[in-house]
Amino acid sequence: MVPGTSPPVRKRMEWVIETIIRVLGFSAVGFVAMIFVFLLLEGIPAFVRVPLNNLFDSLWYPSLGLYGVLPLIIGSLLVTVVAMLIAFPLGIGTAVFVREIVPGWAREILKPLIEVLAGIPSVVLGFFGMITVAPIIRENLGAPTGLTAFTGSLLLAYMSLPTIITVAEDALDAVPRSYRDAGLAMGATQWQTIWRVVVPAARSGILMAVMLGMGRAIGETMAVLMVTGNAARIPDSLSDLFMPIRTMTATIAAEMGEVARGSTHYHVLFGVGLILFILTLAITLSAASVMFRRRTRGGLR
Amino acid sequence: MVPTHRRHAKGTRYLGFLCVWCLLVATLFFSLAGCRPPNDTAPATPPGTIEIKGSDTLVNLALAWVEGYQLVQPDVRISVTGGGSGTGIASMINGTVDIAASSRDMTSREFEAARAAGMDPVEFVVALDAIAIVVHLENPIEQLTIQQITDIYTGRITNWAELGSYDRPIVLVSRESNSGTYVYFLEHVLRRDPARADARFSPNSLLMPSSEGISTEVRQNRNAIGYDGLGYVTPDKKVVAVGLDPEGPFVLPSIETVRDGTYVISRPLHVYTTGEPVGEVREFLEWVLTDGQEMVRELGFVPLD
Repeated sequence: MVPGTSPPVRKRMEWVIETIIRVLGFSAVGFVAMIFVFLLLEGIPAFVRVPLNNLFDSLWYPSLGLYGVLPLIIGSLLVTVVAMLIAFPLGIGTAVFVREIVPGWAREILKPLIEVLAGIPSVVLGFFGMITVAPIIRENLGAPTGLTAFTGSLLLAYMSLPTIITVAEDALDAVPRSYRDAGLAMGATQWQTIWRVVVPAARSGILMAVMLGMGRAIGETMAVLMVTGNAARIPDSLSDLFMPIRTMTATIAAEMGEVARGSTHYHVLFGVGLILFILTLAITLSAASVMFRRRTRGGLR
Repeated sequence: MVPTHRRHAKGTRYLGFLCVWCLLVATLFFSLAGCRPPNDTAPATPPGTIEIKGSDTLVNLALAWVEGYQLVQPDVRISVTGGGSGTGIASMINGTVDIAASSRDMTSREFEAARAAGMDPVEFVVALDAIAIVVHLENPIEQLTIQQITDIYTGRITNWAELGSYDRPIVLVSRESNSGTYVYFLEHVLRRDPARADARFSPNSLLMPSSEGISTEVRQNRNAIGYDGLGYVTPDKKVVAVGLDPEGPFVLPSIETVRDGTYVISRPLHVYTTGEPVGEVREFLEWVLTDGQEMVRELGFVPLD
């Protein structure tokens, strides 16, 4: 459209539509900002009312006035990191398989199936974990109970897999065909081409896939509430992976209904939410910076 | 297409637009927050409806009462929600329910919060309940003293062999801290001895968000020990006899032993109202305390005399 050629009515319509779209676009930013302000307003009093040595202690007994959030933070991080250690090789392997190895018709079947995985409600997975996965872990891995950090990690890994696979697959897809041709022309086998040429070329996209999966895992609530046992203890050895743990999300979900508005416990729960928000934000921002770097370099190395 | 040279000018316009937008939304947000009446003492729900919320222990009983009451008073709509005693009391103080069901006494702090909101809560005892100690069916343990239960739940005894049972680690299963059962167990079992007034649950305790969670874990796990309201104990678990003295007597929970006081871990179940009840709420509670007591026995709780 060249300016000046359209009638004024049409121009006005254009302006109205543009404005509506702009408002919608900005409202997403606005809502995030408002949520952050709300979290700050409700969460900051926790850091004022509770002495810091109590707040960053290892005892979480809110009914007794002990608000040590350390076990909750470590619990969330442990469950998430282990989930990523499980999901990373599986997710990348699946993405490479779907993108590089299977024939086209099989890809058309596999891709929608993987996307269906993302649609399973987490409470269903949590129930499945409690009834089926927990007994397997208790009986086969020698843990005193099946409700452990590891059980939670398994479920979270499963839940973040669709995200990781989809994003990593897109990253592999963006690698130019000439790279594969060049690799094969140099005499490399298909495996060598994939592992030495295609995957390294897509590494920033793959990293972003893991970051997004991690963001999904750390914020997940229902499934971890149901299978991690919710014991607020600090794990101090590797075998504690097979002991119960309490995450930040599960704590907020389990306790928020109980608290009177404005009480110390209420503000501490918002403070925990604030810590969680900052952690998730850090993960998302680092994913975004990785994506930005990829865009400026055009995906080429 | 917009000519490219105009794009830079647009960038600054966006910024101005964003500022105005944020200001607008913030004004709306804070004016709405300011509008909320802080002390609303009017009835929480419209006439003809009663909202009950609170103790998970009381949920099934309250539902049975509602069903029974529908036959007598079909015009009154009553809804029941669980969530824990603390949740129910907090909702009552926040003005969203008429009746809070609680398996523990209201704390002095909660009374203060209620008075600050312009309420004068009234307590009714609607049934009696016993907390049963449950273990896996294959666990050979038959009886425990209060002292032993305390040692188990505070983490001093960590293996069943120390109690003369099989050689397995003990897994502690507890309710979440918003449960009235949790508070009752803490105050009347773990802290029963005045010398242990600061006893608390071992940090290794599994905190289950529901009675069903405790039930599942104790049924499946040979290492587990749990506690729950008598009405929730099913035959797929083993109930342990409890005594005060190591020499005995050890008593199993039942209607008779709770009523005559020989079973030591028993408690009254309450409901609270925001003030002296009137109208539909009053009629409903009167029915609960008379004809409603039949259902108490049917659901495994202990009716009032």
